[in-house]
Amino acid sequence: MDRIPILKLGGALIVTIQVDMHDRLALALEEDLTAMIARTGARGVLLEISALEIVDSFIGRMLVSIAAVSRVLDAETVVAGMRPAVAITLVELGLELTGIKTALNVERGMALIQARLAEEEDGRGGDRDRHEG
Amino acid sequence: MTVTKAETLPVRSGDDVVRVRQRVRALAIEIGLGLVDQTKIVTAASELARNTLDYGGGGDMRAEIVQAGMRKGLRLTFEDQGPGIADIDQAMTDHYTSGGGLGLGLGGAKRLSNEFHIESTPGAGTRVTIARWK
Repeated sequence: MDRIPILKLGGALIVTIQVDMHDRLALALEEDLTAMIARTGARGVLLEISALEIVDSFIGRMLVSIAAVSRVLDAETVVAGMRPAVAITLVELGLELTGIKTALNVERGMALIQARLAEEEDGRGGDRDRHEG
Repeated sequence: MTVTKAETLPVRSGDDVVRVRQRVRALAIEIGLGLVDQTKIVTAASELARNTLDYGGGGDMRAEIVQAGMRKGLRLTFEDQGPGIADIDQAMTDHYTSGGGLGLGLGGAKRLSNEFHIESTPGAGTRVTIARWK
């Protein structure tokens, strides 16, 4: 079965979606990514979608779901590179990417993730309410 | 209004939904729709094809290039012989879903199209027609 490769770069995982997503591929990506976050302890996930010609509610749901599961595993998801026509259509469709950070391109997306990693580096030893309760 | 080109594609699997998207994109380019309008009609087609598959148990899509005077348009009809929709108004409401979806399919497809028409008979099936004009 086809699978979408996941790259590890420091504390982040990078996924570039280059193919037309269908059900099995979307489910496989979610599973692989979740396993990889658990294995590597990655704190950020960058999903690069500049090759996607559309984002319908099915793909939107996949993005929201990946972000939600990642958050439970203490990793933040950034979706980068959405095409302008896709963004316009997404808004008209009424799809809200709840809980997902977006960035114009990979560079800015990585900057967001690195800012989070750096913040935690600084705050180490201090109160980290995330782990309480 | 005259139909200058017509074809029918099956909508019976996830792969068919991908093929529907690709074909609708090609036809949208053929009638000269701009990039944003192409993206809108392809996205609407994707939502409706998925409804046909998930809720209608599969069916088909008829794609037609239509001409009214000087205007060209792309008309898509999704038809299934599934359980049908008892309450269309409710089904059109955003975030209402009878399945596991987000409930944006019908309302979203309507917002992304210039024309939208739905007919459904419980126990007999559903037919949704959308059009986007250049």
